[in-house]
Amino acid sequence: MTLGLTALELARIQFAFTVSFHIIFPAISIGLASFLAVLEWRWLKTKNVVYQDLFKFWIKIFAIAFGMGVVSGVVMSYQFGTNWSEFSRIAGGVTGPLLAYEVLSAFFLEAGFLGIMLFGWGRVSPRAHFFATLMVAIGTCISMFWILASNSWMHTPQGFSIENGIIIPQNWFEIVFNPSFPYRFIHMAIAAFLVAALLVSATAAWHLLKGRRDALVKTSFSMALWLIMVLAPLQILVGDNHGLNTLHYQPAKLAAIEGHWETNKNEAMPLYLFGVPDMQEERTKYGVSIPYLGSLIMTHSLNGEVKGLKEFAPEDRPNSLIIFWSFRVMVGMGMLMLLLAVLGLWLRRSDRLYESKWFQRFALYMGPSGFIALLAGWFTTEVGRQPWVVYNVLRTKDALSPVSASQVGITLIIFVLVYFVVFGIGIYYMLKLMHKGPQFLSSHSEEHADVDQTPMRPMSAVEESLAKLESIRENRHD
Amino acid sequence: MIDLSLIWIVIIGIGVLIYVILDGFDLGIGILFPFIKGSNERDVLMNTVAPVWDGNETWMVLGGAGLFAAFPLVYSTVLSALYMPIILMVIALIFRGVAFEFRFKANRTKHLWDKAFIGGSIFASFLQGIVLGAYIQGIKTLNGVYAGGQLDWLTPFSVFTGIGVVVLYATLGCGWLIYKTDAEIQEKMFSMMPKLIIAVFIIFGLVSIYTPLSQPQIAERWFSQPQLMYFSPVPVLVLIFTGMALRACKQKKELSPFIYTLGLVFLAYTGFVISLWPYIIPPSVTIWQAAAPANSQLFALIGALLLIPIILTYTIFSYWIFKGKVRVGDTGYH
Repeated sequence: MTLGLTALELARIQFAFTVSFHIIFPAISIGLASFLAVLEWRWLKTKNVVYQDLFKFWIKIFAIAFGMGVVSGVVMSYQFGTNWSEFSRIAGGVTGPLLAYEVLSAFFLEAGFLGIMLFGWGRVSPRAHFFATLMVAIGTCISMFWILASNSWMHTPQGFSIENGIIIPQNWFEIVFNPSFPYRFIHMAIAAFLVAALLVSATAAWHLLKGRRDALVKTSFSMALWLIMVLAPLQILVGDNHGLNTLHYQPAKLAAIEGHWETNKNEAMPLYLFGVPDMQEERTKYGVSIPYLGSLIMTHSLNGEVKGLKEFAPEDRPNSLIIFWSFRVMVGMGMLMLLLAVLGLWLRRSDRLYESKWFQRFALYMGPSGFIALLAGWFTTEVGRQPWVVYNVLRTKDALSPVSASQVGITLIIFVLVYFVVFGIGIYYMLKLMHKGPQFLSSHSEEHADVDQTPMRPMSAVEESLAKLESIRENRHD
Repeated sequence: MIDLSLIWIVIIGIGVLIYVILDGFDLGIGILFPFIKGSNERDVLMNTVAPVWDGNETWMVLGGAGLFAAFPLVYSTVLSALYMPIILMVIALIFRGVAFEFRFKANRTKHLWDKAFIGGSIFASFLQGIVLGAYIQGIKTLNGVYAGGQLDWLTPFSVFTGIGVVVLYATLGCGWLIYKTDAEIQEKMFSMMPKLIIAVFIIFGLVSIYTPLSQPQIAERWFSQPQLMYFSPVPVLVLIFTGMALRACKQKKELSPFIYTLGLVFLAYTGFVISLWPYIIPPSVTIWQAAAPANSQLFALIGALLLIPIILTYTIFSYWIFKGKVRVGDTGYH
């Protein structure tokens, strides 16, 4: 059951596997929670049932993503103890309280108000319901705040001392607001919003391609594309600044990302578009590069010096081949997102946004791009931190539990099987829902009977929404 | 100087108790699922906990996070000692959790999700019992690192406590269903409840007899003077509560059987605390030896004291919002 690998390798594969699966779901729920809050706010403000119906559609996807985020997240928190007990023992003084804050301040806020958000229609007033939605949206962001504080501290640790080999926190403000935290937090938040926006636009594109042209599909397509138009350029800007921060605090990671081996003294660093960094030969093979661009991006000056990977001892270097490519995948996806949004803007000008087939196909294929960029980005930053688990403080190999390779191997196989079955089905259900698409609920569809049959809901409200619906349908035929 | 470790162990202790009670009855519903056959009736069972189950489960995460923050040594040694049962339990909870979500959305595969729900609930409860038993029997450590074998957790005693927890959760679930349902389901539960209560009583009794017999340290705690006098109300109250619960079933009271079962859980928990105190990694590491740096405990405590009252308030609020009976044919919450 060890697959010829050591316990350390297996534990790393297991963590990478479970966390990669996990992150997909919180990204959807963080992004969609805010989108849902906006939809409900628009509905309360305009009383336009389109927003309400969109809300009731996307909340289903949100609910599935949230449920799966919770269950896969529980696995993560327990792995710190089961697989990485030395990390917990040595660094638990810092990461333990941060994780506790995450659970306390956000998980509970979400889980509590979530009940009202999902099942409370008609049982509480619309305003109270909106408040619950808002709290869930804020809760997801607070949750992200603490997790990223902990993760960023592992990248750029400060505010602690070491006594008897144990990390002792000294200054919590310095620990939470460590140098890489603000960049990582904003970068991740925008990434999650982009994930959701691309999901919404791809779903709308699917239904446009199938011929639907009603207000639900058009509104969601338009809203999502506006969002991407704002977020994609912003993300590129934030990402660039995050890169400068990495150059300052984790120069080895940056050199590995760029396949940059020799420090460029008095000459400009080129930027590789393509290449195969070779860790043994200490060079980047088959490189295709643009002169000056490396220095320009990395240092914002033409001949700026950037430390090469050879400046670091071989045992302190992260794997350049992996993060050279994961980084390029992320950036490539970001550029495609920008292209999508700009093309959308251009089509809007000539009123062809809802008619252009090739554009809708493009938007559809871009649906998973948010996830791909997200995972590629996380691979870049996490593999780039190696061989450290707490940068320059604790090595990954010293963080492992006293467990055998066979134990970790068995649980890894179980995790792979269970995750593909369970979360595979979850993703299938989400896709099925998206395939069905948002519906006009105020018509007498049986599936949504729960909304209208709730006894506390005044009948007048139902009639009113029906009337609104009629007027929208008339408008549609204009 | 305030004793932060003491405050934290009280918080974690209460958190674990709340978890056992809340997730106990909703795991119990999964255990009772095989006894209820009709699909609509099964919908009712699930609907009694659908709005609250994930909130219930988060108390386990709170317990874990609290331990990680305040006693990282416990987190690292106990979790690596109980590696297999804990990971398998988490996987069982995954199955159960997704079964909850998917069962309502499935048509053809509904029976499969029923099985996942039943299996996940029983297995998770059983493994929690195994963890409990293995924990009571002690975790071997050397210089703060787990020093035992891979299968130390698997003993006849831990298997027995595993079965005990399954029966206990079924009893809690049964009491909850008596309270939340009516007509046929309630009748069925009324007929099962006395048997379950007696089973719990017998299992508690056997565990309480075996534990001090096998561990002199625990016998010393209970049977030396003057402790014997202070602790003697515990078994006496167990007898009284069992009798009251049985009588309430006979009189067809709707809430009392559940409440008395909660009382029994509380008493068992008290017995557990009395037996092990002040060791947090039994049999040798105390809560003070396992404590995180004071700075960590204090920082996390601020958050806990600020937020736990809010969390408790809305937990009560959520239960209040979804109060009342659940019946066949209710549209439910899905």
